[in-house]
Amino acid sequence: MSTKPTKPTTPTPPGAAANRKGRTRKDWELETLGPTIAKRPERDVEFSTVSSLPIDRLAAPEDLDAWDPDERLGFPGEFPYTRGIHPTGYRGKLWTMRQFSGFGSAADTNERYKYLLAHGQTGLSVAFDLPTLMGRDSDDELAQGEVGREGVAIDTLDDMLRLFQDIPLDKVSTSMTINSPAAILFAMYLAVAESQGVPLEVLEGTLQNDILKEYIAQKEWIYPPRPSLRIITDLMGFCAKRVPKWNTISISGYHIREAGSTAVQELAFTIADGIGYVQAGIEAGLDVDVFAPRLSYFFNSHNDFFEEIAKMRASRRLWAHIMRDRFKAKNPRSWMLRFHTQTAGCSLTAQQPYNNIVRVTVQAMAAILGGTQSLHTNSLDETLALPSQEAVTIALRTQQILAEESGVANTIDPLAGSYFVEALTDRMEAEAKAYIDKIDALGGIVAAIETGFPQKEIADASYRYQQQIDRGEKSVVGVNKHVSDAEKPIDILKISAEVEVDQKARLAKIKATRDNRAVTAALEAVAAGAKSGENLMPLILEAVRRRATVGEICASMKTVFGEYREVSVF
Amino acid sequence: MEGPRLRLLVGKVGLDGHDRGAKIIARALRDAGFEVIYTGLHQTPEMVVSTAIQEDVDAVSLSILSGAHNHLFPRVLELLKERGAEDIPVFGGGIVPPEDIADLKEKGIREIFTPGASTQDVIRWVRENIKPRHVSPGA
Repeated sequence: MSTKPTKPTTPTPPGAAANRKGRTRKDWELETLGPTIAKRPERDVEFSTVSSLPIDRLAAPEDLDAWDPDERLGFPGEFPYTRGIHPTGYRGKLWTMRQFSGFGSAADTNERYKYLLAHGQTGLSVAFDLPTLMGRDSDDELAQGEVGREGVAIDTLDDMLRLFQDIPLDKVSTSMTINSPAAILFAMYLAVAESQGVPLEVLEGTLQNDILKEYIAQKEWIYPPRPSLRIITDLMGFCAKRVPKWNTISISGYHIREAGSTAVQELAFTIADGIGYVQAGIEAGLDVDVFAPRLSYFFNSHNDFFEEIAKMRASRRLWAHIMRDRFKAKNPRSWMLRFHTQTAGCSLTAQQPYNNIVRVTVQAMAAILGGTQSLHTNSLDETLALPSQEAVTIALRTQQILAEESGVANTIDPLAGSYFVEALTDRMEAEAKAYIDKIDALGGIVAAIETGFPQKEIADASYRYQQQIDRGEKSVVGVNKHVSDAEKPIDILKISAEVEVDQKARLAKIKATRDNRAVTAALEAVAAGAKSGENLMPLILEAVRRRATVGEICASMKTVFGEYREVSVF
Repeated sequence: MEGPRLRLLVGKVGLDGHDRGAKIIARALRDAGFEVIYTGLHQTPEMVVSTAIQEDVDAVSLSILSGAHNHLFPRVLELLKERGAEDIPVFGGGIVPPEDIADLKEKGIREIFTPGASTQDVIRWVRENIKPRHVSPGA
């Protein structure tokens, strides 16, 4: 390959005046850009992000005129953490490669975990099935057809013991995606640790436990917002004393984005949720510098490469200021926004599914350049079913290639100082701030949720985006562009109907053999605690030890807290 | 619009809370001039069928992204039949693998749209395939 520069062939080509000192952008537009556009106009498309943020032709020094790097950037590991929370970036430690998985029975999922750990995955991430997520047992009427479909079915401690069989809990960190019934599943995890002889103090992991985004986006709720927040502050208080290394909430933008929000909305509503939790913790009498360092975030990484990077960089700066200036936290660890990222499920297509590998690669690279602490890469077949083992392996390998071959992890925050990325980071921050101000004016995030404000904003954005795709204003390869007619079907994971039958049989057996008087007493104690305001965690822990089911414990709290009902708007 | 206005029920059955698609479809069908009733979340098949009959709809559209489609779609058909309302056509959308689509169509589900289908595809399909079940007096 020749590297010799080619010489201009015309006598006075556009750009001949280049390199002259003191030239302004205006000069360039007039003398160089203008003639070129006159000859050949730009492509007839709207240049904007996937969230419809208009993008300028060129970012240039004047975009950063008022931009002070000392104030806006700082250094890695220092306030305001724009360049990341670690002084060594990924040179010290790579991000944790954490593939979310769970399906069928606890035994099926246990096997997948061992496979992933054997293939270099560095943390576990539990996907529960829908009935478990909704606090319902496998024999519940509404659970029929759903048991073990979208994740693993857990009814009692016995299922949890099976899930982690032969996996020493002091050697792995575990993330559990569970919200409304989070305290119950967490109690089961603690009981597994007890049975393995692992002290609670050494346990590491994360609970999603983010109920606010359920009302906003994912809709897996049980109780109304205010009692739900009380369960969460009980859990935060319990962990501060007994399980100090556990991340108690993973404040999630992921689902907000999947529900159709823009990148700015994802950032704004998620940070607003974070503010809500910190406020609730402080109001419950907890010391902000004890619980805030255990809060973490969870973002989506969509297709628009720079928008995602800017969103993640902006999130750190926003949070650092909020924690220091608004909540007066003193501990720098309270200021640091740590986050997990999952590539955008909603960006994948059922058409030409192998293309999804490429989308995931771009999204994963954005997350890395955005400074994520851990990453889940989606599998190519996830618009069709839960991923097959082969597809999961490709997704994990994608991260390993980025980590070990691409060179993106060699230096810290390599895009810092880019006119475009810094200006976009500022813009994401400013627009998110405007939303947060609006939510504050509505009386905070809980009040905003009760009026349906974030829900409506997201529904509108998702409808706009769908219309843009339908009109061809936004391109989706394989869907509204570059469509193929004949497509070969791919092999996908099947969950047999027996999973549900077997799980119901296991549950029936436990209900028949446990000490039902002890169960009833433990459930009554949970309900009494819900009423009295006593910390619920020890009571729930006792109930799960007695083999009370997830559904029974939820039902006992429902008698006190009631159930949430949404007013649906479309 | 020519002819009587179609009345459609958009439903979310089961525990699945993924309502982005259902809401977009509901809104697109409404904007296309149809009358749309959206059930909201967490409905049982029984609840959806009762609403369909009470509201006297011309079709039921179900959105399922939880993998429970092989249970829930046929259950709705069964209940419609039990209540003598099998003339209400049922279609839907969601994360449904191709071979399951074939099975479900054989069982009587009229059409299933998967991720990537445009709202225009759905509207066109409704216009071509859903007919008013009866001309309502005074409509």
